Amino acid sequence: MSAPAPPSTGAFPSPPGGFAPAPPPATRRNVELLLLGLAALITTVSLVLVEASQEQAITWEIAKLGAAYLALFGVAHLAVRRFAAFADPLLLPIAALLNGLGLVVIHRVDLAQAQDAAFANLPIPSPDANQQVLWTGLGMVVFMGLLIALRDYRSLARYSYTVGLAGLVALALPALLPDRYSMVNGAKIWIRLPGFSVQPGEFAKIALIVFFAGVLVSKRDLFTGAGKHVFGMELPRMRDMGPVLLVWVVSVGVLVVEKDLGTSLLIFATVLCMLYVATERVGWVAVGLVLLAIGFVFAYNAFGHVRVRTATWLHPFDDYSSTGYQISQSLFGLATGGLAGTGLGSGNPSKVPFAKTDFIIAAIGEELGLIGLTVILLLFCIFSVRGIRTALAIRDSFGKLLASGLAFTIAIQVFVVVGGVTKLIPLTGLTTPFMSYGGSSLLANYVLLGVLIKISDAARRPAPARKRAEPIADASTQMLRKVEGGAA
Amino acid sequence: MNTPLRRVALAVMAMIVALLINATYVQVQIGPIGKADSLRNDPRNDRVLLDEYARQRGQISAAGTVLASSVATDDRYKYLRTYPTDPMAYAPVTGFYSLQNGNNGLEHAEDSVLNGSDNQLFGRRLIDLISGRDPRGGNVVTTINPIMQKVAYEQLTAKKLTGSVVAIEPSTGRILTMVSTPSYDPNTLAGHDAGRVEDTYKQLDKDTGRPLINRAVSMTYPPGSTFKVVVTAAALSNGIAKPEDQFTAAPRITLPGTQTTLENYAGSHCGPGDAQTASLTDAFKYSCNTAFVELGIKVGTAKLKDEASAFGIGKDLHNSIPIPWTDSTVGDIPDNAALGQSSIGQRDVALTPLDNAVIAATIANGGVRMKPYLVDQLQAPDLSTLSTTKPTSVGQAVTPQVATQITNLMLESEKNTQGGSQPRPYQIASKTGTAEHGTDPRNTPPHAWYLAFAPAQNPKIAIAVIVENGGDRALAATGGSVAAPIARAVLDAGLGG
Repeated sequence: MSAPAPPSTGAFPSPPGGFAPAPPPATRRNVELLLLGLAALITTVSLVLVEASQEQAITWEIAKLGAAYLALFGVAHLAVRRFAAFADPLLLPIAALLNGLGLVVIHRVDLAQAQDAAFANLPIPSPDANQQVLWTGLGMVVFMGLLIALRDYRSLARYSYTVGLAGLVALALPALLPDRYSMVNGAKIWIRLPGFSVQPGEFAKIALIVFFAGVLVSKRDLFTGAGKHVFGMELPRMRDMGPVLLVWVVSVGVLVVEKDLGTSLLIFATVLCMLYVATERVGWVAVGLVLLAIGFVFAYNAFGHVRVRTATWLHPFDDYSSTGYQISQSLFGLATGGLAGTGLGSGNPSKVPFAKTDFIIAAIGEELGLIGLTVILLLFCIFSVRGIRTALAIRDSFGKLLASGLAFTIAIQVFVVVGGVTKLIPLTGLTTPFMSYGGSSLLANYVLLGVLIKISDAARRPAPARKRAEPIADASTQMLRKVEGGAA
Repeated sequence: MNTPLRRVALAVMAMIVALLINATYVQVQIGPIGKADSLRNDPRNDRVLLDEYARQRGQISAAGTVLASSVATDDRYKYLRTYPTDPMAYAPVTGFYSLQNGNNGLEHAEDSVLNGSDNQLFGRRLIDLISGRDPRGGNVVTTINPIMQKVAYEQLTAKKLTGSVVAIEPSTGRILTMVSTPSYDPNTLAGHDAGRVEDTYKQLDKDTGRPLINRAVSMTYPPGSTFKVVVTAAALSNGIAKPEDQFTAAPRITLPGTQTTLENYAGSHCGPGDAQTASLTDAFKYSCNTAFVELGIKVGTAKLKDEASAFGIGKDLHNSIPIPWTDSTVGDIPDNAALGQSSIGQRDVALTPLDNAVIAATIANGGVRMKPYLVDQLQAPDLSTLSTTKPTSVGQAVTPQVATQITNLMLESEKNTQGGSQPRPYQIASKTGTAEHGTDPRNTPPHAWYLAFAPAQNPKIAIAVIVENGGDRALAATGGSVAAPIARAVLDAGLGG
């Protein structure tokens, strides 16, 4: 006697043995590994090109360097596999490629500077590329440490005020310290400790993003609901506006005291973006832009250096030998590079001052041309947009704000740096994320990457398998909570 | 919150697009749009030059003699420009090639061929690119005759004279000699030691002898009596006079409408004996100023100016050789007094030595003026010929008959010139000039000129020599005593005499 057929419940009866289990959600980790391999390959080939053009001996040493680079990011990849298995597979390879190309260009400028020094019978400066390799390694350690330690990025929300305060202190500290502890090359944005120096602003940027994500999540209803209507726009109450005004004051303060137009712009634009995401009100952006304009007009009239910057931006060649020299040389380099560039190792990037830090983009534009520059910009664009995609996919508001803030700050920083170097906007002293020489910048950006990867992991991780719901008929009777307000 | 997030993503993309558009504007030139060309060509942007230095620049040579070449170095510029053969003698031809101070001479005029960027070399550049070889520059072969060049330079420098020698092949316009003294060593400006080059350049630039000036083409001088060739040509061509026609033989003449008198050299009577008149032949032979004032006024301003421009005086070919060539001029001739002074090559008449050599070459070539040129061939890096300059006629200045008449006058003049009666294996036709200049002409040593071609019956070489300020003879200088020996030595060198 055969078993009785199960009762038919519809047109599609369950097959015998039930449905096949859903395929495991794709982690895309192998894509990441493949792309990391590609990044290491491009970096190695670039290094070979530099050595060949500079007539350095091409040895297996370079292949070893490439392999070491792949191994370094391979370990990071394993950490992602283990601690953030569902993270966006593009973020880490893009960072690795940008970092790798940055290293190659720094090495290339090292060679040029050594040549220049030899030519002028000056002592040959110690190469910065080695230092940057160390920073890259340390960056990986910090990155992996973050993946392990930060079990849930939402725990950051709890510390948002603490983190924010720390960020403000870090930002303000160089301004308060005497010059000899805080001034490097005329920029008062450092903390100089014996042995090494840090640029706290790089970290403060991330801390402030965390802080604002926290504040905006807790107050976002107040921002949108409790204000007066003016010109068809809802203005929030003054006490809710406090934090926003605070940031405005902070960024203007940075501008005034530390003369750091770039960081000021960066913080302000990022917070404005987060505010817009949180409130969905374009009016806030308008208010922000008005405040920015007021700030600028004020700064322009009050501070000579802002006027100089503006004048240099408009007419860089008028002061060629003094203030316009950097931007003029940068433009000369970019134009000489043209569409396809002079080729890695064949240009004169060291003619631009600060070719390893603020002007690394000029070196790329000269030696890799518009094509190379476009690739770099598109990499940043993809990185930032993938970050915003993460923000779209994540379900909690804090995650959305945090991810969008981190992603947008990369984009705005690239805009300010590249815009400055190519004379689209006035020049400011910011580093190019992942590329420029400098430990603080690199470490901070790997912290940013770590947090973003954590959020992206949470966004793409499938919801934990729930127990199959029992047929409603079998469920026990529940008490339904009374809906407040009675509207429903 | 997703709607604003999408808009933020769009804003990010818009920012990147803005950066890309701006970068394109800076880096790429599309017709008139873009900044790239002006930035690349900005004189303060030395990247292009540095890049050029890293390429093997082509050679400049003359009849197998290498005048300029690039040798490999192990510093950042990779190649050093050197001028291995008589650099000072050839400096007016080669010019210099300097990282700090740019370049001039042929180094400048044929730069695109020498640095390899010329379109004629496009195919080779492509091959070099594919074969992975560093692009090299093409070569420039000059028309210079090294033996004559050397002799001319030595003649001028032996007595530390300031001046110039220009020799042309009359039938083609090939420039056989172009010397200017004092000169400089272009090697000292091609060095890679920026400080030393800068110092040298400043020193040369400040030097009162003006060694950086190429006197052959960049300086104009009053031609003095050598201009009588042009006046005679105008008179004969227009039927205003015949060689046997008589003109005043007075030692001095009052310029029409003025109290100013103009006298013959040393205030002498024109020609032998004490006849009231002298024939045009004698006036030419003895270079009588008074007779030529009379003749010039008879010719008239318009016809004189026409004849001068037929000989190339004025603006016509002045970028052809191809180094820059200053315009010669007969000046404004407002009245007959001015015409009289101009007729003896004074007042505002001013000629470059090259233009004066062209006048001699035109007579030598039966009245046909050939366009002078300095570059015989352009070659690819592998020495295959890219182009060869073809001789070009730029008009008949005088008829062959007039040319013959003037040749005969110049033969007579040579006989009357110091050293001209010495026996030579060939005949020289010549005209001397002793040109006054300066604010006090009587007490300023004159410029000594000598214009000639030889052999007179079958001219191979036309030559102009100028020695500034009387050379070693000072106030006593004449074209015959100072300039003529130099020219004859160069003619000897060229004709194997």
